[in-house]
Amino acid sequence: MLVAESLAVSAILFVIGVAGVLIRRNAIVLFMCVELMLNAVNLSLVALSQAHGLSGQVFVFFVIAVAAAEAAVGLAIILAIFRHHKSVDLKNINLLRG
Amino acid sequence: MTERLFWFFAALAVGAALLMVTMRNLVACALWLIQVMLALAALFVLLHAQFIGAIQVLVYAGAVMVLFLFVIMLLNLSRAESDLRRAPAWFLALIMVGLLASQLVPPLSRYTRERLALEYTDSPVLANPAIVFDSTAFASGNHVIRATLERGIPGDVAKPMFEQYLVPFELTSVLLLAAIVGAVVLAKRRI
Repeated sequence: MLVAESLAVSAILFVIGVAGVLIRRNAIVLFMCVELMLNAVNLSLVALSQAHGLSGQVFVFFVIAVAAAEAAVGLAIILAIFRHHKSVDLKNINLLRG
Repeated sequence: MTERLFWFFAALAVGAALLMVTMRNLVACALWLIQVMLALAALFVLLHAQFIGAIQVLVYAGAVMVLFLFVIMLLNLSRAESDLRRAPAWFLALIMVGLLASQLVPPLSRYTRERLALEYTDSPVLANPAIVFDSTAFASGNHVIRATLERGIPGDVAKPMFEQYLVPFELTSVLLLAAIVGAVVLAKRRI
């Protein structure tokens, strides 16, 4: 069944993703770390779907679809920011900072 | 054998994720993330989710990561200088990550057979895992294995998706349309 093992691996991957979001400043790397976190959650959903029925796998399907949409829109935003600032470093992007 | 393969791919995923977070070159970051996704696809197959594994390779490792690589190379960002945060932010981040890991990893890795049996039987009293896992439901494997035996590999996901979750499925298509329109509007200079 490997449920506890999968949940542990997914927690470790999620924490690595959070660490990436906190220590990197490049907008594209931040996006990739978010994708890593989504993947970690997918692993836990698939693991638990063995005991709780197939809804977990349907959820993973939806998560993948939403992640694809999010990547398309997010990368378009990054392109627009790059056109304006000539950089994707978050230290230059502080328009919404109070 | 399954267990050994599981730990091999789990170690591969965690190692590739660590490399992805620390690599300076953005193209290397993206390629290590693809490695994480492929290892996770292998884990999905080991957890009897073959269809999800295939989707993972096609959509995530294929489409989404090609989009990422395309943007990285389009903006010519691969030789960027180091973008790690400075010292105080570093320490705060490590403290927060340590706290999160200490709260998240131990409870999830202690997810015992007793707890699983309790959730599986859906009963208020603690069930004996030996009885639950050797009874009819688990004798031929778990939920997913049984569904695959009944309906085949794509069918086990298709049945709940097109019966119970039909409305969310249709809403997803609207979401994708909105994302396409939004991406075009954002990326175009003049509409």
